Amino acid sequence: MLYLQTFLGFCITIIASIIAAWLFRVLLVRLVGHSTAKFIRTAPLTASFGMLVICMYILCAIFAPLIAPYGEAEILGGGFEPWSSTHLLGTDNLGRDVFTRLIYGARNTVGIAFLITALAFFVGTLLGLYAALKGGIIDQITSRLVDVLMAIPSLIFSLLMLTIFGTSVLSLVIVIAAIDSTRVFRIARAVALTIVHLDYIEAAKLRGERTRYLITREILPNALAPLAAEFGLRFCFVFLMISALSFLGLGLQPPTADWGSMVRDNADLISFGDITPLIPAGAIALLTIAVNFVVDWFLHKASGLKD
Amino acid sequence: MKQHLLTKINAMKQRLLTMENIHIQGKSDEQWVDIIKGVDLYLNRGEVLGLIGESGAGKSTLGLAAMGFCRDGCVISEGSVHFDGKDLLALSREDIRQLRGNRIAYVAQSAAASFNPAHKLIDQFCEAPHLHNVMGRKESEAYARKLYKRINLPSPETFGLRYPHEVSGGQLQRAMTAMALSCRPDLIIFDEPTTALDVTTQIEVLAAIKDIVKEFNTAAIYISHDLAVVAQMADRIQVLLKGEEVEQAPTKLMLKAPKKAYTKSLWAVREHARIEQPAPKKTDTPVISIRQVTAGYTSQQDVLKNVSFDIHKKRTIAVVGESGSGKSTAARVVTGLLPPRQGSIVFDGAELPADYQKRSRDQLRQIQMIYQMADTALNPKLRIRDLIARPASMYLGLSGRALDERVRALLAMIELEPDQYIDRLPSELSGGQKQRIGIARAIAAEPSFIICDEVTSALDQLVAEEILKLLDRLQSELALSYMFITHDLATVRAIADRVVVMKDGAVVEQDGKSKLFKPPHHPYTELLLSSVPEMDAEWLDRLLIARTKKRAKKRGRKAKP
Repeated sequence: MLYLQTFLGFCITIIASIIAAWLFRVLLVRLVGHSTAKFIRTAPLTASFGMLVICMYILCAIFAPLIAPYGEAEILGGGFEPWSSTHLLGTDNLGRDVFTRLIYGARNTVGIAFLITALAFFVGTLLGLYAALKGGIIDQITSRLVDVLMAIPSLIFSLLMLTIFGTSVLSLVIVIAAIDSTRVFRIARAVALTIVHLDYIEAAKLRGERTRYLITREILPNALAPLAAEFGLRFCFVFLMISALSFLGLGLQPPTADWGSMVRDNADLISFGDITPLIPAGAIALLTIAVNFVVDWFLHKASGLKD
Repeated sequence: MKQHLLTKINAMKQRLLTMENIHIQGKSDEQWVDIIKGVDLYLNRGEVLGLIGESGAGKSTLGLAAMGFCRDGCVISEGSVHFDGKDLLALSREDIRQLRGNRIAYVAQSAAASFNPAHKLIDQFCEAPHLHNVMGRKESEAYARKLYKRINLPSPETFGLRYPHEVSGGQLQRAMTAMALSCRPDLIIFDEPTTALDVTTQIEVLAAIKDIVKEFNTAAIYISHDLAVVAQMADRIQVLLKGEEVEQAPTKLMLKAPKKAYTKSLWAVREHARIEQPAPKKTDTPVISIRQVTAGYTSQQDVLKNVSFDIHKKRTIAVVGESGSGKSTAARVVTGLLPPRQGSIVFDGAELPADYQKRSRDQLRQIQMIYQMADTALNPKLRIRDLIARPASMYLGLSGRALDERVRALLAMIELEPDQYIDRLPSELSGGQKQRIGIARAIAAEPSFIICDEVTSALDQLVAEEILKLLDRLQSELALSYMFITHDLATVRAIADRVVVMKDGAVVEQDGKSKLFKPPHHPYTELLLSSVPEMDAEWLDRLLIARTKKRAKKRGRKAKP
């Protein structure tokens, strides 16, 4: 009986998300301008589901104080209280409301992950394109430096760096962004290498264009599709990295709510058959899947594959 | 009555391929568009049919449909294809797979892209006979060697042991033809097999194909946009335009008396010929003077060897030669992309810095370049407006209203309606229009010298003709000088004042156009000139006979003393 119920619940969730995704796409097509609408109409249901989920996360992050019933670090009662009407998802080990912290977690984790990814892309892309364009000794120096950094396992390297520089949000952002920019560098350089040999780059060079124009106007627009796809993937990795670091105690520091440390805080409940600690993990998983749905669609579009 | 039936049955026996009322649709922008609009095609055993048309006419699509095949995103929506009594469109995938490669073979335009680079030629040759159980490995290897010998490949015994990248383009194309014959098919479809080759190599491939088709009595569909080539190969010619048949007739009749206006326009395509300008006075300073240039990409090898020539104001110099003769390298030296090892480039009496990075902005402005492939020469993410405006704003400091007006004037100059095209992306233009944008970008800098690197070789004849006329007009309006790099001698005839013939990095001969095209020639110029296909069905046969005789004579002369 219980299995049947679970199965039914599962089916209803799937159907509900398909309908939600479809409705969301219709809504988007109505809202945006004509040319964008034409583009969005080509989105498969998976991609519109992904966009819906991402939008919900963003709304959560922006309006966290309005949605959340309590304060982020407010202690409201005993530890590990069960789910009830006052505490929707119960309380954690210190008696803070789990639902509230889940919402604030979206703000902290997603916001910081976005900041880190953006920074990593800015630095990595710029250096990668520059190295590909200049070639020769500049390319050799930057590429070998990146190779050295990439040779060290990223989690261990960031643990090391964070122990040295302390665990403030700023050092967290800089350390992870620096490590991730090496990966972005490799991709940007590889993409740009196929572009810099094309005739229009040669024409621009012969015109006497400066490096800045070459990078921003000639190379970057043509490298954008693979880079944007990589941005989605990289965002997920950063996200998982922050959560992993928080779980290990070196990421975001208490009492700031973030999903990684929430799993750790409530991990004990698992032994009692309570699924509360899995909910932040689920939130991470859902966002990762959603982002990848959108990225897949984008890659498909950019590669010009026909179905 | 009986006689009549008998001839009918005989005709049935002769008939190999019948395609009736073929409609093919392709999907673009979520809409089905007709690519082929009801074309009939038939082919008898041992007959060669030439399919002619511009790019986009549907030649290749129709050729592939003869194998019952459609490219991705296309579908045969109507019509029937009967090959040797079998309905190809009704056959199962497995049955059709048995036919392809076995009884119907296909030779693609680019042999380099069609061979698997990881396997030896002979292994790829033997694959089809083995797959279709036609021959054993040993037998097919022997057959391969026989064919290699037949089509004059060097050292046929060991040729097959090489990898595709170890042989030249012409040899690879011949190896591909041999491979198509590996199962002794009844029908071969040749899709522009010589378009990517030099004239001198083209002859070898054409001779090999003609020979082999005759010997094995194979039927063939020969697809090409080059009329003169098709005239050599085909028994019958069918002309296509935008997915519809224009007319068809036996080759000789078609050459002599084309019926439709479109066919006539194709025939008359090479009428544009520039009147040769008088040779400049000795005292005139040339716009560009290339002086004893020796250059190479690696320190060991010289790609250019002591090359010198001058280009005067309002004159066009055509630089001719096979691929690898160093003509594009000469252009790279002039632009400063490749600083020469020795020698110098002199512009209007003053020596230019060898490296383009050391040239002043004004020196860069004076020398512009138009590229062969307009697709890669225009940034696909920039709009036409930005593409053309950039040199104008950079060199001439135009901005705002003045810049907009200048761009519009330039577009009008290259005969594109400004309002219609100014905000388009390059991908929204046809090949010829893209090349026009390339020209507009070059003249936007208001240069005095333009290098045209094979600007018409990727275009259809009619479009190429228009581009040449445009360049000619711009030259007289803007007092430009051109260095025209090409391997096509018909283009040279159409546009040049003076011709420089290059071979292996050295200048073989240079002279005024009329003098150069008149005998006596340098032996290499002679070879180049005689290799240009003529609109005469017997030209290839005559040429081959003449060349064999000549070779025999030479041998005889050598043997005597």
